[in-house]
Amino acid sequence: MGYTISDKILLAHSKQKNIRPGEFIEVSVDAALGNDITAPLAIQEFRDSGSGKLFDKDKIVLVPDHFAPAKDLKSANQCKMVADFAREYNITNYFEVGQMGIEHVLLPEKGLVLPGDLIIGADSHTCTYGALGCYSTGVGSTDLARAFIDGKCWLKVPGVIKFVYKGKLDKWVGGKDLILYTIGQIGVDGALYKVMEFSGPTIRSLGIEDRFTMSNMAIEAGGRAGIIEPDGATKKYIAQFKRKPRFYHSDDDARYEDIITWDVSKLEPQVACPHLPSNVKPARALSGVKVDQVVIGSCTNGRISDLRMAAKILRGKRVKPGVRLIVIPATQKIYLEAAREGLAEIFIRSGGIFSTPTCGPCLGGHMGVLTEGETCVATTNRNFIGRMGSPKSFVYLANPAVAAASAIKGRITHPDMVTR
Amino acid sequence: MIIKGRVHKFGDNINTDDIIAAKYLVYTQEAELGKHCMENIAADFPARVKKGDIVVAGKNFGCGSSREHAPRALKGCGISAVVASSFAGIFFRNAINIGLPFLELEEVFKIQDSDSLEIDLSSGIIKNISQNSTYRTQPFPDFLKEIITEGGLINWAISKKRSEKRQPERLGKRRKKNV
Repeated sequence: MGYTISDKILLAHSKQKNIRPGEFIEVSVDAALGNDITAPLAIQEFRDSGSGKLFDKDKIVLVPDHFAPAKDLKSANQCKMVADFAREYNITNYFEVGQMGIEHVLLPEKGLVLPGDLIIGADSHTCTYGALGCYSTGVGSTDLARAFIDGKCWLKVPGVIKFVYKGKLDKWVGGKDLILYTIGQIGVDGALYKVMEFSGPTIRSLGIEDRFTMSNMAIEAGGRAGIIEPDGATKKYIAQFKRKPRFYHSDDDARYEDIITWDVSKLEPQVACPHLPSNVKPARALSGVKVDQVVIGSCTNGRISDLRMAAKILRGKRVKPGVRLIVIPATQKIYLEAAREGLAEIFIRSGGIFSTPTCGPCLGGHMGVLTEGETCVATTNRNFIGRMGSPKSFVYLANPAVAAASAIKGRITHPDMVTR
Repeated sequence: MIIKGRVHKFGDNINTDDIIAAKYLVYTQEAELGKHCMENIAADFPARVKKGDIVVAGKNFGCGSSREHAPRALKGCGISAVVASSFAGIFFRNAINIGLPFLELEEVFKIQDSDSLEIDLSSGIIKNISQNSTYRTQPFPDFLKEIITEGGLINWAISKKRSEKRQPERLGKRRKKNV
Protein backbone atom coordinates (compact mmCIF):
# COMPACT_ATOMS: atom_id res chain seq x y z
CA MET A 1 0.00 0.00 0.00
CA GLY A 2 1.26 3.45 -0.94
CA TYR A 3 1.73 6.64 1.04
CA THR A 4 -0.13 9.94 1.10
CA ILE A 5 1.77 13.23 0.75
CA SER A 6 1.51 13.67 4.51
CA ASP A 7 3.04 10.22 5.23
CA LYS A 8 5.88 10.96 2.82
CA ILE A 9 6.80 14.26 4.46
CA LEU A 10 6.71 12.74 7.95
CA LEU A 11 8.82 9.80 6.78
CA ALA A 12 11.39 12.10 5.15
CA HIS A 13 11.80 13.98 8.46
CA SER A 14 12.13 10.89 10.65
CA LYS A 15 14.66 8.09 11.01
CA GLN A 16 11.97 5.50 10.32
CA LYS A 17 12.10 3.11 7.37
CA ASN A 18 8.33 3.12 7.17
CA ILE A 19 5.43 4.60 9.10
CA ARG A 20 1.85 3.66 9.87
CA PRO A 21 -1.02 5.61 11.43
CA GLY A 22 -1.13 5.50 15.24
CA GLU A 23 2.62 5.02 15.58
CA PHE A 24 4.66 7.46 17.71
CA ILE A 25 7.65 8.93 15.87
CA GLU A 26 10.27 11.62 16.33
CA VAL A 27 10.74 14.15 13.54
CA SER A 28 13.19 16.96 12.78
CA VAL A 29 11.52 20.26 12.04
CA ASP A 30 12.37 22.78 9.31
CA ALA A 31 10.96 25.62 11.38
CA ALA A 32 9.45 26.14 14.83
CA LEU A 33 7.18 29.14 15.37
CA GLY A 34 5.98 31.05 18.41
CA ASN A 35 4.06 34.28 19.03
CA ASP A 36 3.72 36.79 21.86
CA ILE A 37 1.35 34.62 23.89
CA THR A 38 2.83 31.15 23.34
CA ALA A 39 6.56 31.96 23.08
CA PRO A 40 6.85 33.46 26.61
CA LEU A 41 5.87 30.10 28.16
CA ALA A 42 8.33 28.33 25.84
CA ILE A 43 11.10 30.78 26.68
CA GLN A 44 10.42 30.27 30.39
CA GLU A 45 10.62 26.46 29.94
CA PHE A 46 13.77 26.77 27.85
CA ARG A 47 15.49 28.99 30.43
CA ASP A 48 14.37 26.72 33.32
CA SER A 49 15.82 23.71 31.51
CA GLY A 50 19.29 25.21 31.77
CA SER A 51 20.02 23.95 28.27
CA GLY A 52 21.50 27.29 27.28
CA LYS A 53 22.13 26.41 23.65
CA LEU A 54 19.66 26.90 20.84
CA PHE A 55 19.56 24.22 18.16
CA ASP A 56 19.48 26.58 15.17
CA LYS A 57 18.89 30.33 15.27
CA ASP A 58 17.76 30.30 11.63
CA LYS A 59 14.97 27.78 12.17
CA ILE A 60 13.16 29.52 14.99
CA VAL A 61 10.53 32.07 13.99
CA LEU A 62 9.10 34.53 16.49
CA VAL A 63 6.23 36.86 15.61
CA PRO A 64 4.52 39.15 18.11
CA ASP A 65 1.06 39.41 16.54
CA HIS A 66 -1.72 38.39 18.96
CA PHE A 67 -1.71 41.25 21.45
CA ALA A 68 0.71 43.37 19.40
CA PRO A 69 1.23 46.27 19.04
CA ALA A 70 1.04 45.78 22.82
CA LYS A 71 -2.54 46.29 23.99
CA ASP A 72 -1.69 46.85 27.65
CA LEU A 73 1.15 46.66 30.14
CA LYS A 74 1.05 42.88 30.58
CA SER A 75 1.10 42.32 26.81
CA ALA A 76 3.98 44.77 26.54
CA ASN A 77 5.91 42.63 29.05
CA GLN A 78 5.22 39.50 27.01
CA CYS A 79 6.28 41.18 23.76
CA LYS A 80 9.46 42.44 25.43
CA MET A 81 10.24 38.96 26.73
CA VAL A 82 10.09 37.63 23.15
CA ALA A 83 12.10 40.56 21.75
CA ASP A 84 14.81 40.18 24.44
CA PHE A 85 15.09 36.44 23.79
CA ALA A 86 15.35 37.03 20.04
CA ARG A 87 18.12 39.56 20.59
CA GLU A 88 20.00 37.44 23.14
CA TYR A 89 20.05 34.41 20.84
CA ASN A 90 20.39 36.41 17.63
CA ILE A 91 17.28 34.79 16.14
CA THR A 92 17.24 35.46 12.39
CA ASN A 93 13.49 35.42 11.92
CA TYR A 94 12.13 37.69 14.61
CA PHE A 95 9.63 40.19 13.24
CA GLU A 96 9.17 43.35 15.28
CA VAL A 97 6.16 45.64 14.86
CA GLY A 98 6.83 47.38 11.56
CA GLN A 99 8.05 44.17 9.92
CA MET A 100 5.57 41.80 11.44
CA GLY A 101 2.18 40.60 10.35
CA ILE A 102 -0.18 37.82 11.35
CA GLU A 103 2.20 34.85 11.60
CA HIS A 104 0.38 32.45 9.29
CA VAL A 105 0.19 35.00 6.49
CA LEU A 106 3.69 36.34 7.13
CA LEU A 107 5.63 33.05 7.02
CA PRO A 108 4.54 32.00 3.50
CA GLU A 109 5.04 35.60 2.30
CA LYS A 110 8.65 35.52 3.55
CA GLY A 111 9.34 32.11 2.02
CA LEU A 112 9.88 30.53 5.45
CA VAL A 113 7.54 27.65 4.59
CA LEU A 114 7.93 25.71 1.37
CA PRO A 115 6.50 22.52 -0.15
CA GLY A 116 7.86 19.40 1.56
CA ASP A 117 8.75 21.21 4.82
CA LEU A 118 7.77 20.01 8.26
CA ILE A 119 6.75 22.99 10.37
CA ILE A 120 5.57 23.14 13.97
CA GLY A 121 4.10 26.22 15.56
CA ALA A 122 2.82 27.02 19.02
CA ASP A 123 -0.43 28.22 17.51
CA SER A 124 -3.27 25.99 16.38
CA HIS A 125 -3.60 27.68 12.98
CA THR A 126 -0.09 26.58 12.00
CA CYS A 127 -1.95 24.09 9.79
CA THR A 128 -2.38 26.98 7.29
CA TYR A 129 0.86 26.18 5.42
CA GLY A 130 -0.42 22.77 4.34
CA ALA A 131 -1.89 24.67 1.37
CA LEU A 132 1.63 24.69 -0.10
CA GLY A 133 2.08 20.93 0.22
CA CYS A 134 4.04 20.89 3.45
CA TYR A 135 3.19 19.21 6.77
CA SER A 136 2.53 21.93 9.32
CA THR A 137 0.84 21.46 12.63
CA GLY A 138 -0.02 23.27 15.84
CA VAL A 139 1.74 22.29 19.06
CA GLY A 140 2.06 23.68 22.59
CA SER A 141 4.63 25.95 24.22
CA THR A 142 6.55 23.06 25.80
CA ASP A 143 6.84 21.45 22.36
CA LEU A 144 8.29 24.74 21.14
CA ALA A 145 10.73 24.86 24.08
CA ARG A 146 11.86 21.33 23.22
CA ALA A 147 12.38 22.35 19.56
CA PHE A 148 14.50 25.28 20.81
CA ILE A 149 16.76 22.66 22.45
CA ASP A 150 17.09 19.97 19.77
CA GLY A 151 14.92 20.88 16.75
CA LYS A 152 12.76 17.81 17.19
CA CYS A 153 9.15 16.97 17.90
CA TRP A 154 7.23 13.81 18.79
CA LEU A 155 4.18 12.94 16.70
CA LYS A 156 1.53 10.28 16.60
CA VAL A 157 1.22 9.52 12.89
CA PRO A 158 -2.30 10.60 11.91
CA GLY A 159 -4.60 8.75 9.56
CA VAL A 160 -5.64 10.69 6.47
CA ILE A 161 -9.11 11.62 5.18
CA LYS A 162 -9.28 12.73 1.56
CA PHE A 163 -11.84 15.37 0.56
CA VAL A 164 -12.56 15.62 -3.16
CA TYR A 165 -14.35 18.76 -4.41
CA LYS A 166 -15.92 18.87 -7.86
CA GLY A 167 -17.69 21.58 -9.83
CA LYS A 168 -17.17 25.25 -10.73
CA LEU A 169 -17.72 27.65 -7.83
CA ASP A 170 -20.25 30.48 -7.77
CA LYS A 171 -18.61 33.95 -7.98
CA TRP A 172 -19.27 34.70 -4.29
CA VAL A 173 -18.02 31.33 -3.09
CA GLY A 174 -14.38 30.65 -2.19
CA GLY A 175 -12.07 28.75 0.12
CA LYS A 176 -13.87 30.02 3.23
CA ASP A 177 -17.21 28.65 2.06
CA LEU A 178 -15.67 25.31 1.08
CA ILE A 179 -14.08 24.82 4.48
CA LEU A 180 -17.15 26.05 6.42
CA TYR A 181 -19.30 23.66 4.38
CA THR A 182 -16.84 20.83 5.12
CA ILE A 183 -16.81 21.51 8.87
CA GLY A 184 -20.60 21.82 8.81
CA GLN A 185 -20.84 18.39 7.21
CA ILE A 186 -18.34 16.49 9.36
CA GLY A 187 -18.53 18.43 12.65
CA VAL A 188 -15.90 20.01 14.90
CA ASP A 189 -14.43 16.59 15.65
CA GLY A 190 -15.08 15.12 12.20
CA ALA A 191 -11.35 14.91 11.46
CA LEU A 192 -10.17 14.47 15.07
CA TYR A 193 -6.47 13.61 15.01
CA LYS A 194 -6.54 13.12 11.23
CA VAL A 195 -4.89 14.84 8.34
CA MET A 196 -7.38 16.43 5.95
CA GLU A 197 -6.17 16.20 2.35
CA PHE A 198 -8.07 18.63 0.09
CA SER A 199 -8.16 17.64 -3.57
CA GLY A 200 -10.20 17.47 -6.75
CA PRO A 201 -10.77 19.76 -9.75
CA THR A 202 -12.28 22.58 -7.64
CA ILE A 203 -9.13 22.78 -5.50
CA ARG A 204 -6.92 22.71 -8.63
CA SER A 205 -8.65 25.82 -9.94
CA LEU A 206 -8.62 27.55 -6.54
CA GLY A 207 -6.07 30.35 -6.02
CA ILE A 208 -3.30 29.87 -3.42
CA GLU A 209 -4.84 32.42 -1.04
CA ASP A 210 -8.16 30.55 -0.97
CA ARG A 211 -6.22 27.34 -0.37
CA PHE A 212 -4.54 28.93 2.68
CA THR A 213 -8.01 29.77 4.02
CA MET A 214 -9.07 26.13 3.69
CA SER A 215 -5.97 24.63 5.30
CA ASN A 216 -6.14 27.29 8.03
CA MET A 217 -9.46 25.98 9.33
CA ALA A 218 -8.62 22.25 9.23
CA ILE A 219 -8.06 22.52 13.00
CA GLU A 220 -11.72 23.60 13.39
CA ALA A 221 -12.68 20.03 12.41
CA GLY A 222 -10.02 18.59 14.73
CA GLY A 223 -7.53 18.07 11.88
CA ARG A 224 -3.81 17.88 12.71
CA ALA A 225 -3.04 19.22 9.23
CA GLY A 226 -4.89 20.41 6.12
CA ILE A 227 -2.75 19.50 3.16
CA ILE A 228 -2.99 20.18 -0.57
CA GLU A 229 -0.69 18.54 -3.12
CA PRO A 230 1.55 21.13 -4.83
CA ASP A 231 0.80 22.00 -8.48
CA GLY A 232 1.52 24.72 -11.03
CA ALA A 233 -0.09 27.41 -8.87
CA THR A 234 2.10 26.37 -5.92
CA LYS A 235 5.25 26.46 -8.06
CA LYS A 236 4.38 29.91 -9.33
CA TYR A 237 3.75 31.17 -5.77
CA ILE A 238 7.11 29.96 -4.42
CA ALA A 239 9.21 30.77 -7.55
CA GLN A 240 10.57 33.96 -5.93
CA PHE A 241 12.20 32.12 -3.00
CA LYS A 242 15.78 30.83 -3.05
CA ARG A 243 15.48 27.83 -0.74
CA LYS A 244 14.73 24.57 -2.54
CA PRO A 245 11.26 23.04 -2.20
CA ARG A 246 10.58 19.29 -2.12
CA PHE A 247 7.49 18.27 -4.00
CA TYR A 248 5.60 15.25 -2.66
CA HIS A 249 2.43 13.70 -4.04
CA SER A 250 0.09 11.00 -2.77
CA ASP A 251 0.47 7.56 -4.35
CA ASP A 252 -2.44 6.19 -6.38
CA ASP A 253 -2.76 3.33 -3.91
CA ALA A 254 -2.25 5.52 -0.81
CA ARG A 255 -3.98 4.50 2.42
CA TYR A 256 -6.94 6.76 3.30
CA GLU A 257 -9.26 6.25 6.27
CA ASP A 258 -12.06 7.77 4.23
CA ILE A 259 -12.60 9.50 0.89
CA ILE A 260 -15.43 12.03 0.77
CA THR A 261 -16.55 13.59 -2.53
CA TRP A 262 -18.80 16.63 -2.90
CA ASP A 263 -20.19 18.48 -5.92
CA VAL A 264 -19.88 22.12 -4.85
CA SER A 265 -21.12 23.79 -8.03
CA LYS A 266 -24.38 24.83 -6.34
CA LEU A 267 -22.77 25.86 -3.06
CA GLU A 268 -23.90 29.26 -1.73
CA PRO A 269 -21.90 31.52 0.62
CA GLN A 270 -21.79 29.80 4.02
CA VAL A 271 -21.96 31.27 7.51
CA ALA A 272 -21.04 29.53 10.79
CA CYS A 273 -23.47 30.59 13.54
CA PRO A 274 -22.73 30.83 17.29
CA HIS A 275 -21.14 29.04 19.08
CA LEU A 276 -19.40 26.42 16.92
CA PRO A 277 -17.68 26.59 13.52
CA SER A 278 -19.76 23.55 12.52
CA ASN A 279 -23.08 25.35 13.02
CA VAL A 280 -23.19 26.29 9.33
CA LYS A 281 -26.07 27.77 7.30
CA PRO A 282 -26.29 29.52 3.91
CA ALA A 283 -25.92 33.32 4.25
CA ARG A 284 -29.33 33.80 2.58
CA ALA A 285 -31.06 31.99 5.44
CA LEU A 286 -29.69 34.44 8.03
CA SER A 287 -30.95 37.80 6.73
CA GLY A 288 -32.82 38.35 9.99
CA VAL A 289 -29.61 38.56 12.03
CA LYS A 290 -28.73 42.16 12.96
CA VAL A 291 -25.09 43.10 13.14
CA ASP A 292 -23.22 45.55 15.41
CA GLN A 293 -19.71 44.96 14.10
CA VAL A 294 -17.97 43.50 11.07
CA VAL A 295 -14.34 42.36 11.14
CA ILE A 296 -12.46 41.62 7.92
CA GLY A 297 -8.99 40.20 8.51
CA SER A 298 -7.15 37.43 10.47
CA CYS A 299 -4.93 34.50 9.46
CA THR A 300 -8.01 33.07 7.74
CA ASN A 301 -9.05 35.98 5.52
CA GLY A 302 -6.68 38.93 5.84
CA ARG A 303 -4.89 38.46 2.51
CA ILE A 304 -4.89 40.88 -0.42
CA SER A 305 -7.48 38.86 -2.38
CA ASP A 306 -9.80 39.04 0.66
CA LEU A 307 -9.40 42.81 0.88
CA ARG A 308 -9.98 43.17 -2.87
CA MET A 309 -13.18 41.15 -2.56
CA ALA A 310 -14.43 43.30 0.33
CA ALA A 311 -13.50 46.52 -1.48
CA LYS A 312 -15.38 45.38 -4.58
CA ILE A 313 -18.55 45.23 -2.48
CA LEU A 314 -17.90 48.44 -0.50
CA ARG A 315 -16.79 50.69 -3.38
CA GLY A 316 -19.02 53.78 -3.46
CA LYS A 317 -21.22 52.48 -0.62
CA ARG A 318 -21.62 53.37 3.03
CA VAL A 319 -21.50 51.19 6.12
CA LYS A 320 -24.91 51.26 7.84
CA PRO A 321 -24.97 53.91 10.61
CA GLY A 322 -24.44 52.22 13.97
CA VAL A 323 -22.36 49.40 12.49
CA ARG A 324 -18.58 49.30 13.10
CA LEU A 325 -16.49 48.02 10.19
CA ILE A 326 -12.93 47.02 11.10
CA VAL A 327 -10.59 45.99 8.28
CA ILE A 328 -7.19 44.54 9.21
CA PRO A 329 -4.67 43.58 6.53
CA ALA A 330 -2.63 40.61 7.72
CA THR A 331 0.87 41.90 6.95
CA GLN A 332 2.77 45.11 6.23
CA LYS A 333 3.14 44.05 2.59
CA ILE A 334 -0.62 43.60 2.21
CA TYR A 335 -1.19 46.89 4.05
CA LEU A 336 1.00 48.68 1.53
CA GLU A 337 -0.60 46.93 -1.45
CA ALA A 338 -4.05 47.85 -0.17
CA ALA A 339 -2.97 51.46 0.15
CA ARG A 340 -1.44 51.50 -3.35
CA GLU A 341 -4.45 49.89 -4.98
CA GLY A 342 -6.82 52.36 -3.34
CA LEU A 343 -8.52 49.70 -1.21
CA ALA A 344 -7.67 51.52 2.03
CA GLU A 345 -9.44 54.59 0.68
CA ILE A 346 -12.53 52.57 -0.21
CA PHE A 347 -12.74 51.17 3.34
CA ILE A 348 -12.23 54.55 4.97
CA ARG A 349 -14.67 56.39 2.66
CA SER A 350 -17.29 53.73 3.32
CA GLY A 351 -17.10 54.54 7.04
CA GLY A 352 -14.85 51.68 8.13
CA ILE A 353 -11.47 51.70 9.85
CA PHE A 354 -8.25 50.31 8.40
CA SER A 355 -5.82 49.03 11.02
CA THR A 356 -2.21 47.95 11.31
CA PRO A 357 -1.76 44.12 11.19
CA THR A 358 -2.75 42.23 14.36
CA CYS A 359 -4.74 39.15 15.42
CA GLY A 360 -6.44 41.55 17.90
CA PRO A 361 -10.23 41.12 17.72
CA CYS A 362 -10.26 37.48 16.53
CA LEU A 363 -9.49 36.24 20.03
CA GLY A 364 -11.06 39.11 21.95
CA GLY A 365 -7.70 40.78 22.50
CA HIS A 366 -8.08 44.35 21.28
CA MET A 367 -9.20 46.43 18.25
CA GLY A 368 -12.84 45.38 18.43
CA VAL A 369 -13.77 43.48 21.60
CA LEU A 370 -17.52 42.75 21.86
CA THR A 371 -19.68 43.60 24.85
CA GLU A 372 -22.79 41.84 26.14
CA GLY A 373 -25.55 41.38 23.57
CA GLU A 374 -23.43 42.44 20.57
CA THR A 375 -23.24 40.53 17.30
CA CYS A 376 -20.29 40.44 14.93
CA VAL A 377 -19.85 39.02 11.44
CA ALA A 378 -16.16 38.14 11.15
CA THR A 379 -13.98 36.58 8.49
CA THR A 380 -12.07 34.90 11.33
CA ASN A 381 -12.06 31.23 12.33
CA ARG A 382 -13.73 30.68 15.70
CA ASN A 383 -17.08 31.64 17.18
CA PHE A 384 -16.85 29.93 20.58
CA ILE A 385 -18.62 31.45 23.58
CA GLY A 386 -16.78 34.65 24.53
CA ARG A 387 -14.23 34.28 21.74
CA MET A 388 -14.33 37.99 20.83
CA GLY A 389 -15.12 39.34 24.28
CA SER A 390 -18.25 38.98 26.40
CA PRO A 391 -19.55 35.42 26.92
CA LYS A 392 -22.91 36.99 26.02
CA SER A 393 -21.81 38.20 22.56
CA PHE A 394 -22.34 36.42 19.24
CA VAL A 395 -19.92 35.73 16.40
CA TYR A 396 -20.87 34.64 12.86
CA LEU A 397 -18.06 33.44 10.57
CA ALA A 398 -18.25 34.31 6.88
CA ASN A 399 -16.24 35.10 3.76
CA PRO A 400 -15.08 38.71 3.07
CA ALA A 401 -17.86 39.40 0.51
CA VAL A 402 -20.62 38.39 2.94
CA ALA A 403 -18.93 40.37 5.73
CA ALA A 404 -18.70 43.52 3.58
CA ALA A 405 -22.31 43.18 2.37
CA SER A 406 -23.45 42.71 5.98
CA ALA A 407 -21.66 45.93 7.01
CA ILE A 408 -23.67 47.86 4.39
CA LYS A 409 -27.04 46.40 5.34
CA GLY A 410 -26.51 45.99 9.09
CA ARG A 411 -27.80 42.43 8.77
CA ILE A 412 -26.24 39.22 7.50
CA THR A 413 -26.43 39.75 3.75
CA HIS A 414 -25.74 37.73 0.61
CA PRO A 415 -23.41 39.81 -1.65
CA ASP A 416 -26.00 39.68 -4.46
CA MET A 417 -28.27 41.89 -2.36
CA VAL A 418 -25.88 44.86 -2.52
CA THR A 419 -24.36 44.46 -5.96
CA ARG A 420 -27.43 44.35 -8.13
CA MET B 1 -0.28 6.42 41.08
CA ILE B 2 -3.79 6.74 42.52
CA ILE B 3 -5.88 9.88 42.05
CA LYS B 4 -9.00 10.48 44.16
CA GLY B 5 -11.47 13.28 43.68
CA ARG B 6 -14.96 14.53 43.05
CA VAL B 7 -16.31 14.93 39.53
CA HIS B 8 -17.08 18.20 37.77
CA LYS B 9 -19.05 17.18 34.70
CA PHE B 10 -18.96 19.05 31.36
CA GLY B 11 -20.41 18.36 27.90
CA ASP B 12 -18.91 17.90 24.41
CA ASN B 13 -16.43 20.19 22.62
CA ILE B 14 -15.16 22.06 25.68
CA ASN B 15 -12.72 24.37 23.89
CA THR B 16 -9.60 26.09 25.14
CA ASP B 17 -11.36 29.49 25.13
CA ASP B 18 -13.82 27.91 27.60
CA ILE B 19 -10.98 26.53 29.74
CA ILE B 20 -9.05 29.80 29.78
CA ALA B 21 -10.23 32.94 27.95
CA ALA B 22 -7.66 34.66 25.73
CA LYS B 23 -7.55 37.80 27.88
CA TYR B 24 -5.72 35.77 30.56
CA LEU B 25 -2.98 34.61 28.19
CA VAL B 26 -0.86 37.45 29.53
CA TYR B 27 -0.25 35.21 32.57
CA THR B 28 2.05 32.18 32.65
CA GLN B 29 1.78 31.07 36.30
CA GLU B 30 -0.53 28.09 36.89
CA ALA B 31 -2.05 29.52 40.08
CA GLU B 32 -3.01 32.79 38.37
CA LEU B 33 -4.46 30.98 35.32
CA GLY B 34 -6.36 28.65 37.65
CA LYS B 35 -8.32 31.57 39.13
CA HIS B 36 -10.02 32.10 35.74
CA CYS B 37 -10.46 28.48 34.63
CA MET B 38 -13.78 27.84 32.80
CA GLU B 39 -14.80 31.47 33.45
CA ASN B 40 -16.84 31.91 30.24
CA ILE B 41 -19.00 28.82 30.80
CA ALA B 42 -18.96 28.24 34.60
CA ALA B 43 -17.80 31.37 36.40
CA ASP B 44 -17.92 29.73 39.87
CA PHE B 45 -15.79 26.74 38.80
CA PRO B 46 -12.50 27.68 40.55
CA ALA B 47 -14.45 28.30 43.78
CA ARG B 48 -16.16 24.90 43.56
CA VAL B 49 -13.01 22.88 42.84
CA LYS B 50 -11.31 21.17 45.77
CA LYS B 51 -7.69 20.16 45.26
CA GLY B 52 -7.59 16.74 43.60
CA ASP B 53 -10.98 17.00 41.87
CA ILE B 54 -11.52 15.50 38.43
CA VAL B 55 -13.03 16.96 35.27
CA VAL B 56 -15.21 14.55 33.27
CA ALA B 57 -16.37 15.64 29.81
CA GLY B 58 -17.71 14.37 26.49
CA LYS B 59 -16.00 14.29 23.13
CA ASN B 60 -13.29 16.56 21.68
CA PHE B 61 -12.16 18.02 25.03
CA GLY B 62 -9.68 20.89 24.62
CA CYS B 63 -10.48 21.70 20.99
CA GLY B 64 -9.53 25.07 19.50
CA SER B 65 -6.42 27.05 20.29
CA SER B 66 -2.99 25.56 21.04
CA ARG B 67 -2.71 27.49 24.30
CA GLU B 68 -0.88 25.36 26.82
CA HIS B 69 -2.33 27.76 29.36
CA ALA B 70 -5.47 25.55 29.23
CA PRO B 71 -4.07 22.39 30.88
CA ARG B 72 -1.98 24.63 33.12
CA ALA B 73 -5.13 26.49 34.24
CA LEU B 74 -6.82 23.17 35.07
CA LYS B 75 -3.79 22.14 37.14
CA GLY B 76 -3.61 25.59 38.70
CA CYS B 77 -7.15 25.46 40.04
CA GLY B 78 -6.56 22.05 41.59
CA ILE B 79 -7.80 19.59 38.97
CA SER B 80 -5.83 16.34 39.21
CA ALA B 81 -7.05 14.56 36.06
CA VAL B 82 -9.39 14.85 33.06
CA VAL B 83 -11.52 11.98 31.82
CA ALA B 84 -13.27 12.47 28.46
CA SER B 85 -14.60 10.36 25.59
CA SER B 86 -12.03 11.99 23.26
CA PHE B 87 -9.39 14.72 23.35
CA ALA B 88 -8.37 17.28 20.73
CA GLY B 89 -4.89 16.73 19.27
CA ILE B 90 -3.00 19.70 20.69
CA PHE B 91 -4.58 19.40 24.15
CA PHE B 92 -3.50 15.74 24.16
CA ARG B 93 0.13 16.76 23.47
CA ASN B 94 0.07 19.59 25.99
CA ALA B 95 -1.34 17.42 28.75
CA ILE B 96 1.38 14.80 28.17
CA ASN B 97 4.13 17.43 27.93
CA ILE B 98 3.25 19.22 31.18
CA GLY B 99 2.12 16.13 33.08
CA LEU B 100 -1.65 16.60 33.49
CA PRO B 101 -3.09 13.07 33.72
CA PHE B 102 -5.95 12.34 31.33
CA LEU B 103 -7.87 9.24 30.29
CA GLU B 104 -10.06 8.41 27.32
CA LEU B 105 -13.27 6.66 28.32
CA GLU B 106 -16.26 5.98 26.10
CA GLU B 107 -18.55 5.39 29.07
CA VAL B 108 -18.23 8.95 30.46
CA PHE B 109 -22.01 9.30 30.16
CA LYS B 110 -22.34 6.89 33.12
CA ILE B 111 -20.45 9.25 35.41
CA GLN B 112 -22.52 11.92 37.19
CA ASP B 113 -21.55 15.33 38.48
CA SER B 114 -20.22 15.11 42.08
CA ASP B 115 -19.46 11.35 41.84
CA SER B 116 -16.33 10.29 43.70
CA LEU B 117 -13.73 8.62 41.49
CA GLU B 118 -10.55 6.73 42.19
CA ILE B 119 -8.20 6.48 39.21
CA ASP B 120 -5.26 4.09 39.04
CA LEU B 121 -3.06 5.67 36.37
CA SER B 122 -0.76 2.67 35.96
CA SER B 123 -3.57 0.24 35.17
CA GLY B 124 -5.98 2.75 33.64
CA ILE B 125 -8.79 1.51 35.91
CA ILE B 126 -11.33 4.06 37.15
CA LYS B 127 -13.43 3.19 40.22
CA ASN B 128 -16.66 5.09 40.68
CA ILE B 129 -17.05 4.99 44.48
CA SER B 130 -20.46 6.73 44.40
CA GLN B 131 -21.95 4.23 41.94
CA ASN B 132 -19.89 1.25 43.06
CA SER B 133 -18.76 0.51 39.52
CA THR B 134 -15.51 0.21 37.55
CA TYR B 135 -14.44 1.39 34.10
CA ARG B 136 -11.41 0.26 32.13
CA THR B 137 -9.35 2.58 29.92
CA GLN B 138 -6.40 1.90 27.63
CA PRO B 139 -3.10 2.43 29.45
CA PHE B 140 -0.73 4.89 27.73
CA PRO B 141 1.57 3.53 25.02
CA ASP B 142 5.19 3.02 26.17
CA PHE B 143 6.45 6.09 24.33
CA LEU B 144 4.11 8.42 26.24
CA LYS B 145 4.77 6.61 29.54
CA GLU B 146 8.47 7.36 29.05
CA ILE B 147 7.78 11.12 28.77
CA ILE B 148 5.49 11.04 31.80
CA THR B 149 7.98 9.02 33.90
CA GLU B 150 10.79 11.47 33.07
CA GLY B 151 8.60 14.27 34.46
CA GLY B 152 7.52 15.88 31.20
CA LEU B 153 8.84 16.55 27.73
CA ILE B 154 11.75 18.87 28.55
CA ASN B 155 13.32 16.51 31.10
CA TRP B 156 12.79 13.62 28.71
CA ALA B 157 14.44 15.46 25.79
CA ILE B 158 17.41 16.56 27.91
CA SER B 159 18.04 13.11 29.32
CA LYS B 160 17.75 11.68 25.81
CA LYS B 161 20.28 14.19 24.53
CA ARG B 162 22.66 13.27 27.38
CA SER B 163 22.37 9.56 26.72
CA GLU B 164 23.06 10.18 23.01
CA LYS B 165 26.20 12.10 23.98
CA ARG B 166 27.35 9.13 26.07
CA GLN B 167 27.13 6.93 22.98
CA PRO B 168 29.36 8.68 20.41
CA GLU B 169 28.97 5.88 17.86
CA ARG B 170 25.42 7.10 17.33
CA LEU B 171 26.53 10.61 16.41
CA GLY B 172 27.09 12.00 12.91
CA LYS B 173 30.46 12.34 11.16
CA ARG B 174 30.95 16.04 11.80
CA ARG B 175 30.55 15.55 15.51
CA LYS B 176 33.09 12.73 15.55
CA LYS B 177 35.74 14.97 13.98
CA ASN B 178 35.28 17.51 16.74
CA VAL B 179 35.68 14.91 19.46
